[in-house]
Amino acid sequence: MISFHEVVKKNEGAILSAWIEEMVKGVRRADLMTDTELKQQARELLGLFAKAAESSSEAESEAFLQTREFLREIAKSRMDQGFTPTETARFVLSLKQPIFHALRDALKGNPSDLVNEVWASGNLLDRLALFTVDSAVEFRDQVIGRQQEEMLELSTPVVKLWDGVLALPLIGTLDSARTQVVMESLLSAIVETNSQIAIIDITGVPTVDTLVAQHLIKTITAARLMGADCFLSGIRPAIAQTIVHLGIDLVDVQTKAKLSDAFAMALSRMGKVVVARKPAAGMALGSKAKDN
Amino acid sequence: MERIPILKLGDFLLVTIQVDMHDQLAITLQDDLTTQIAKHASRGVLIDISSLEIVDSFIGRMLANIAAMSKVLDAQTVLTGMQPAVAITLVELGMSLSGIKTALNVERGMEILRQFSDQSYELQDANGFQE
Amino acid sequence: MASRSEVHPIAGAADVVKVRQVARSWALELKLSLVDQTKLVTAASELARNTLDHGHGGTMRVEQVENGLRRGIKLTFEDKGPGIPDIAMALRDGYTTSGGLGLGLSGSRRLVNEFDIKSEVGRGTIVAITRWK
Repeated sequence: MISFHEVVKKNEGAILSAWIEEMVKGVRRADLMTDTELKQQARELLGLFAKAAESSSEAESEAFLQTREFLREIAKSRMDQGFTPTETARFVLSLKQPIFHALRDALKGNPSDLVNEVWASGNLLDRLALFTVDSAVEFRDQVIGRQQEEMLELSTPVVKLWDGVLALPLIGTLDSARTQVVMESLLSAIVETNSQIAIIDITGVPTVDTLVAQHLIKTITAARLMGADCFLSGIRPAIAQTIVHLGIDLVDVQTKAKLSDAFAMALSRMGKVVVARKPAAGMALGSKAKDN
Repeated sequence: MERIPILKLGDFLLVTIQVDMHDQLAITLQDDLTTQIAKHASRGVLIDISSLEIVDSFIGRMLANIAAMSKVLDAQTVLTGMQPAVAITLVELGMSLSGIKTALNVERGMEILRQFSDQSYELQDANGFQE
Repeated sequence: MASRSEVHPIAGAADVVKVRQVARSWALELKLSLVDQTKLVTAASELARNTLDHGHGGTMRVEQVENGLRRGIKLTFEDKGPGIPDIAMALRDGYTTSGGLGLGLSGSRRLVNEFDIKSEVGRGTIVAITRWK
């Protein structure tokens, strides 16, 4: 009995050229990859495949370790190049036809062996193709995870506006994970700077839904428990409408349209007023708050 | 029996909770405080919890009770120094302690108590009678 | 997949304090963030008090659990008390049989990542909570 790895080994050259021909006709994306690169990948993969198939027909086995690593590399580089996971999988799957053809020629007189070997090699290639899909998903998850972390770090600047007044300008969408970070950094900044007033500015938050509103209310409630007042500013007219339509209760929250309005309120709450500098008093500082 | 000390400072009573309280200790504190408020006719109670690592619903309820009871005895309660992690947890737990005044630290808390007691004296003077 | 576990009795008010300390030290060991530590310890305190008040005492098992790459702490509170006839009702905010705030079960559920409750009338109650790192 002849098994498929022997057929592949014997006809490696023919299979490779038939495979490349097949890909040039169908699967190839000339806009993303050159012919040379494609041929190089095909040759290397077929070589690894033929070698590994000699000792095993299980895609998860030790023998296919090198093949799997090569496919991981391909999945990653192709994703960077702009291939979809399907296209990468089809690159592997398109190897089926030339191998099947070679098997058909080699096992002409023995239909039952032919079916067995077609099944074994087909199954193996399916597994390897799925492996490229898994790798692509894994890479994408890594990218998403890294971006999320970067976003969390970037997105929570707590700034001091005045002695005792903090501002937290929020930009971007608020989800649970991010809200927790935002909440914690605001509350610890309140303690560190001994600030009685914190202004959360949501000018840069695209939408406010029930969940976001809940998160904001929780943050504001927690700040109150610690003894600080929290104002909400930067509420655009569209968001004000959404808040009312959704029936979100902001009764206990002090809101202002603009950050500057909230800041003015904060100063007056602390008993400070902003006065214009008298033209004569050259030495006095600019519009500076003065103790009442 | 173990007790949390209550300090008298003029018109005000001062409590610093530093130990991990078991439930009986919390109940004793509640009793002691109301007794002391009535005895000294105190105008305010300050409870500092800056070294408390958790506040669960039992301790939360005890704090709310103290605030409500002292209000009946015409004293203002201020809770000071709650840690951020404790505040976040209490909110998640579903307790907002909306009836209690809070302050960042003892200093701010004392200011609030003084304001409250000044205001109520002004009120008495203006009306010309005692509440 | 528990790597190790401990069982602590909950028989009196002092044990509620002990349970909090145990939960805290395990959370510290796993290097949970301060907020997550506080949430876990608070939930443990609520549930230990439930075990004591409603279940007439019982035990808490603490174990470190793993799920793929994530590690967490699982606390299991077990009592042989009267059990809870209507769990859905007991999990509602503000539902109380003891004159408390009714936040013990519903509140502690919000403080953890996983919450599992089994109860049989006349047999007892098991509440398991997990907080992942």
